[in-house]
Amino acid sequence: MDVLMLSRLQFAAATMFHFIFVPLTLGLSVLIACMETAYVRTGNEVYRKMAKFWGKIFLVNFALGVVTGITLEFQFGTNWSRYSAYVGDIFGSLLAIEATAAFFLESTFIGVWHFGWDKLSPKAHAITAWLVAGASNLSAVWILIANGFMQNPVGYTLRNGRAELTDFFAVITNKYAWLEFFHVIPASLLLAGFFIVGISAWHLLRKSNTEFFQKSFNLGISIALVFSVVTAVEGHIHGNNLSDTQPAKLAAMESHWETQRQAPMYLLVIPGEDGNALQALPLPGVLSFLAYNDFNAEVKGLNDIPKEDRPPVVLSFLSFRLMVGLGTLFPLLAAFGWVMRNKLDKFPLYLKAMPYVIPLPYIAIWAGWTLTEVGRQPWIVYGLMRTSDAVSPVGAGEVGFTLVLMTVLYALLGAVGIWLMVKLAKKGPEDHTPIQV
Amino acid sequence: METLMETGSLHYYLAMIWFILWGVLWAVYFILDGFDLGVGTLLPFLAKNETDKRAILNSTGPFWDGNEVWLIAAGGVTFAAFPYAYAQMFSGLYMALMLLLFTLIVRGVSFEFRSKVESESWKKIWDTAHALCSFLPALLLGVAFGNIFQGIPLDETGFSQAGLFGLLNPYGIAGGILFVTIFMMHGALWLCIRTTGELKARAERMATKLWPGVVVLTVLFLAYTAVATQLFSNYMVYPILFVILLLPVAGLVLMRTYLGAGKYWMAWASSCLYIAGTALFGVVGIFPALIPSNPNPANSLTIMNSASSPLTLQIMLGVALVFVPIVIAYQFWVYKTLATPLTEDDLHY
Repeated sequence: MDVLMLSRLQFAAATMFHFIFVPLTLGLSVLIACMETAYVRTGNEVYRKMAKFWGKIFLVNFALGVVTGITLEFQFGTNWSRYSAYVGDIFGSLLAIEATAAFFLESTFIGVWHFGWDKLSPKAHAITAWLVAGASNLSAVWILIANGFMQNPVGYTLRNGRAELTDFFAVITNKYAWLEFFHVIPASLLLAGFFIVGISAWHLLRKSNTEFFQKSFNLGISIALVFSVVTAVEGHIHGNNLSDTQPAKLAAMESHWETQRQAPMYLLVIPGEDGNALQALPLPGVLSFLAYNDFNAEVKGLNDIPKEDRPPVVLSFLSFRLMVGLGTLFPLLAAFGWVMRNKLDKFPLYLKAMPYVIPLPYIAIWAGWTLTEVGRQPWIVYGLMRTSDAVSPVGAGEVGFTLVLMTVLYALLGAVGIWLMVKLAKKGPEDHTPIQV
Repeated sequence: METLMETGSLHYYLAMIWFILWGVLWAVYFILDGFDLGVGTLLPFLAKNETDKRAILNSTGPFWDGNEVWLIAAGGVTFAAFPYAYAQMFSGLYMALMLLLFTLIVRGVSFEFRSKVESESWKKIWDTAHALCSFLPALLLGVAFGNIFQGIPLDETGFSQAGLFGLLNPYGIAGGILFVTIFMMHGALWLCIRTTGELKARAERMATKLWPGVVVLTVLFLAYTAVATQLFSNYMVYPILFVILLLPVAGLVLMRTYLGAGKYWMAWASSCLYIAGTALFGVVGIFPALIPSNPNPANSLTIMNSASSPLTLQIMLGVALVFVPIVIAYQFWVYKTLATPLTEDDLHY
């Protein structure tokens, strides 16, 4: 394999692994802050126990998210140095702002939150929880503005052999970035909701700590319900925007070949990289509607996009289907659980199933990011710089070596981390406070 | 490399300011992560039992995460203010940086992982990992900066590859040894602040023993630097700059004096002064390059040829002027609130 393919694999591995942990951090941090606030307001010990229990799992998850995030910042330099030189004027500053304005806050106060239970008043402690939650989500804003520039570059001019910033306001108000943000954050809350629901269901089935886990379940299921709907609606708006900004991604994710009005959506498709896709059972106009909210609109097909500018079709198509399929299932699962939340003992099958639902939002989020990043190919910055021109002039041997090392290391740490989280989750809350190190 | 700016232009002064801030960020990173890496390296030498281990780990537990962000900030600022230098530095030092990242990852999770299972052998694995992955980053950072001081073989396009074995040259290794020793000294002083009893006495003895080592290595490193690098050339042109060396010297003397007097916070602060002075010495030495090129200095990545556009530098300066004081304020508050001598209660975490 050449250095380009190896670097792409390395980046994919680093981001996918990082993004096992980040969404839960984003969502769960907010829910934990809510629990602590409820404790401060009501004085009910259960809320304090909840914050501590979910917080312990959160800390393991957080550690893995933070340490794998460091790799990502530096990979732009190590593996994509030509990219860094070409767009560093804009992209680099966004990462630097993220570190200064958000990451510092998050990383400093997670230490205070962890070690400050006995040193701070409940109110001050709750504030540190909000600082961690707020900073995590603020961090996401800057990272997604940076990603938004790669998806839809704005506010720059080409000068001195690189992209130079001309309009910072345009960069930070990039519509693409904010559509990503309002899709990722609700998805993360949805995930955190189902995460809590899954673990609570396991305990409710075993009738251990019923009050504690009933309260947790109710919080989790409400969050899952609200945000599964928000995520789906926002996803549709995001899709609309694609038809203007990235028609090639839209065409690839639908395996749509001929530019046409009243573009149909096919119920049965076997996608292919060329014109060899098999399509059957058309629903006339549905694709046009999904793309433009208009059954008659013209949708650009892959045949009108030069071959060298087309993203991988099969991977884009499948990841989109996977995301949407799961995205449809979530509101149904959440609605059922929410309606039946006070008579769950009548539905042991539902309680039995919910722990197995925990991985599904992760898969949906992974699929979404695969579509976002693979669907942008062959561009690293859409329409501006090709991925193949971005790679560092390092040796394939070195990248191959670190790729293997990283994969082994991540797999090991990931397995240990997940095993620990499962262990902590099954153990349930403790009556006494000591969190042992 | 062609220059992007005229000397004396607004762009030039903005880039100069960022060069100084770039140096300051690295210095703050070495000061802050320096002590927790040093403490980690000392773990196997100072801990006699489980209580000691917990005390040592908890002495840095609340702080290491916030400290490490200074590395992200230093890297991020290099990326934002000097993108060409960032691209070169991180791809040119590819293997050293990847290994640095992997060791920091293992170290970071070891804080969370070790406590979660009650088993001797489990804890032993993570203690070993923690010590090794505190020692290696210190060593690798020293090797990386030794090589930067010495100059990296860049070609006209700026991009080159100094493989790992190319980095492990005698001067690079000397830099590594110096960093490890400095961080251990710095960490030992931190333990004097945060621990009590027998462990504190051991930390104090360790700091006393390390001090002459730091002095000797500093002198030897300076002598080696004069022979192996161009770092002194700015000093030769402007001898007044030699006053900078007073900072690390004062740091070393005060460090020993305060240690002897049992004033540990002051001793640690003196160690901070020493590290800041040493970093400043290096930054002034390579000026105006961020990455000097050796053997062909014409290919160096400098303030003039690797800076961002004036607009980016301006916006970044605004961001830094607002947020860096805020960061310093809350980190200061955190140290004030949590950096007290550890008690029984603290060891539960």
